[in-house]
Amino acid sequence: MGKASFVVRRTLQLVVTLWAVGTVLFGLFRLMPGDPTSYVVSSQMTQEARRQLIESYGLNDPLHIQYIRFLENLVVLNFGQSFHSNQPVTDIIATYLPNTLVLMLTAFVIAYAIGITLGVLSGWYRGSRFERSTVITALTARSVPTFYVGLIVLWIFGATFGVIPMSGMTSLGTGGANTGFFDMVFSMDFVRHLIAPAAVLAFYYMGYPLLIMRSSMLEVLSEDFIDVCRAKGLKERTIMFKHAARNALLPIITAAAIALGYAVGGSVLIETVFAWPGIGREMVRAVLRRDFPVAQGTFIVLATTIIFLNFLADLAYGYLDPRVTYD
Amino acid sequence: MAQKEQSSGSIFTDLDDGSTDEEVNKWQRTFRLWRETLRDHWSKLTDELSVKLSMLTVAGFMLIAIFAPYIATHQPLQRQYQGEAGVLIDKWVEPSLLGADSEYLLGTTAEGFDIFSQLVYGTRAALMVGLIAAVFTAGIGTLVGLVAGYYGGKVDDALMRLVDFLYGMPLLPTVIVLVAVMGPNLWNIIFALIVLQWRSTARVIRSQSLSLRERPFVKAAEVAGASDWHIISRHLAPNVLPMTFLYGSFGIAWAILAEAGVSFIGLGDPNTVSWGTMLQASRAYSALSFGAWWWFVPPGICIGLLVISGFLIGRGYEEITNPKLQ
Repeated sequence: MGKASFVVRRTLQLVVTLWAVGTVLFGLFRLMPGDPTSYVVSSQMTQEARRQLIESYGLNDPLHIQYIRFLENLVVLNFGQSFHSNQPVTDIIATYLPNTLVLMLTAFVIAYAIGITLGVLSGWYRGSRFERSTVITALTARSVPTFYVGLIVLWIFGATFGVIPMSGMTSLGTGGANTGFFDMVFSMDFVRHLIAPAAVLAFYYMGYPLLIMRSSMLEVLSEDFIDVCRAKGLKERTIMFKHAARNALLPIITAAAIALGYAVGGSVLIETVFAWPGIGREMVRAVLRRDFPVAQGTFIVLATTIIFLNFLADLAYGYLDPRVTYD
Repeated sequence: MAQKEQSSGSIFTDLDDGSTDEEVNKWQRTFRLWRETLRDHWSKLTDELSVKLSMLTVAGFMLIAIFAPYIATHQPLQRQYQGEAGVLIDKWVEPSLLGADSEYLLGTTAEGFDIFSQLVYGTRAALMVGLIAAVFTAGIGTLVGLVAGYYGGKVDDALMRLVDFLYGMPLLPTVIVLVAVMGPNLWNIIFALIVLQWRSTARVIRSQSLSLRERPFVKAAEVAGASDWHIISRHLAPNVLPMTFLYGSFGIAWAILAEAGVSFIGLGDPNTVSWGTMLQASRAYSALSFGAWWWFVPPGICIGLLVISGFLIGRGYEEITNPKLQ
C-alpha cells in the first residue's frame, strides 16, 4: 500500500472518529440528569413563554430529529447558542480557545526546550549521578498533580510574596476585552499573569520529552556511526549535539504532536486553578451549570484537537522517517 | 541484578509440557507457570532500592487505609465545633504539631473537620480508586489486546477502531462529563476512568501478541490442535503478563491523579473524603489567601508520594521486561 492510499485511509478514519465522538457526546448530554431548561426558563415566566423558549432550542423534537440536526450543525460548525448567556457557542469558543493555545504553546516551548536538552545530557552521561537525578526529577514532576503545584505556587508567590497575580489573564481595568488580542498578549500585564501557569505546566510537561529523548539517545548511541565520529576525532560535544541528538530527535516530534493534543484536552485543571479564561475551564463550568451547547461545543473542540494532532503525527512520521512503510 | 537461573518452568519454554509424571491438570500447570514467572520478577524487582522504598510506601499507605478507623482521631466528616452563625473562617484551628494548643494534630479545616483524620480516610479513597481502576484497566486491556492480536482480521480491526476512538477522547473532560451524567460518587469516577483507560494497555498488549503469535511455540500449539482459548490463556497470556503488570502499576498512578483532578474540579463524591476533595474544599474556602497551608499542603504530598511510588515500581518493572533499558 502506498503513501497516498495511507493518507486517504487515515483521513477516512479521522472522519469516522469525529463522527463517533460527536454521537457519543450527543447521547451523553441528553442523558444528563436535571432539566437544562430550568436554567434559562425562570419560574416567573408564563407557561406560554416558557413553551416557546423550549421550542426555540429544539428540545421538544423527537431524539432522532435532534440527532440529525446535531450532525448537520456539526458539519457547518454551528454548535447552537448558550443556554446561559444566549451567545452563539462558536463565539464563546473563539473567545476562549486562543487563550488556551497561548498558555499551552508557551508552556510547551519551554518544556520541550528544557526537556530535550536534559534528555540529551542524561542519555549521554548515562549511569552518572546527573542522569539519575534528572530521571527522578522528571518522574516527580509527572507525579505531583499540576493543579497542586499550581496551588502551592499561588500560595507562595501570590498570597505570601505577592509577586504574581492570584487569578485571571489580565488585571481589572487594563481593558483586556477592549484592546485587540495581540495587543493584550504582548502587554507586560499579560506576561505577568502568564508566567506562573506556564511555568507550572512546563515543569509538568518537561518530564515526557526528557524520558523519551533519553531512551532515544541510548538507542542512537549504540549505533555504529557514533563510533565512526569518535574515530574521526570529533569533539565530544559535536558528537553529542550534532550527530547523536539530531538522530534521536525523531520520536520526539511525533510524541510532541500527540502530547500537545492531550495538553489542550488536559487544560481543564490548570485553568481552573489559575482562573485562566481558557476553553477547558469554560467546559467545566458549562458542564456544572448544565449548559449543553457550550459543554458540547467546547468538548468537541478539545477532542478534535487531539484527534487532529494524532492524525498529523501519523502523517509526519512517514515524511520524516523514510524507513517507514505503509502496510 | 538477580543471578538466579531461569527455572525450568519459565514462561519462555514450554518444553516440559506433558513430560512430568505428576498428576497435574491443566489449571494447576497454568497456575504454576504464572507463579514461577511472578516469583522470578519479584526477586528482580526488589533488587532496586528505589523500587523497594516505593513498595514500602505503598504498603504503608495500605496499612493506613486498612486500619483507618483506629488511626484517625476523629470522624473525618464530623464538625468538631460549631461556627458562629455563618462565620466559619474564624474557626480554623492550627496544627498541634506546630505547637498550637489544640487537640488536632494537623489542625482543622474551615468547616471544622479534623485534617489528620481526613488524610487518613483519604488514603482509603485513593487506594480504592487506584487499585480497582488499575485491575480493571489492565485486565480489560489485556483481554482485548490478546483477542485482537491473536484473531487479527476483522476482530482486530473492530477492536482497534474502538481503541482509536477512545484515544480521541480527552481524559479529564470525558471523565468529568461521564461523572456529571452518572452522578458524583466514587464508584462512578472509577467506572469512568476504566471506560477510558484500558485503551493504552490494549494497544500495547495487542502489538505484543501480534508478534508472539508468529513465534514457533504458538505455531506448534496450533498444529498440535490446541484450542484458541488454550493458546491465548497458556501461551500468549503468560508472555504478556509483565506488560500487564507494568500498565497496571502505571494505571494505579494515573487513576489516583485523575480522581484527585475530578474531585478538585468539584465533581468528587460529597460523602467520601478524598485528597482531591480536601484540596477542592481548601480552595473553595480560600485557604490560599488566608495562608492556612496546613489544610492544602498535606493532601498533595500524599498524592505525590503514592503516585511516584506507582511510577517507580512501574519503571523498575519496565527495566526487567525490557533488557535494553538496563
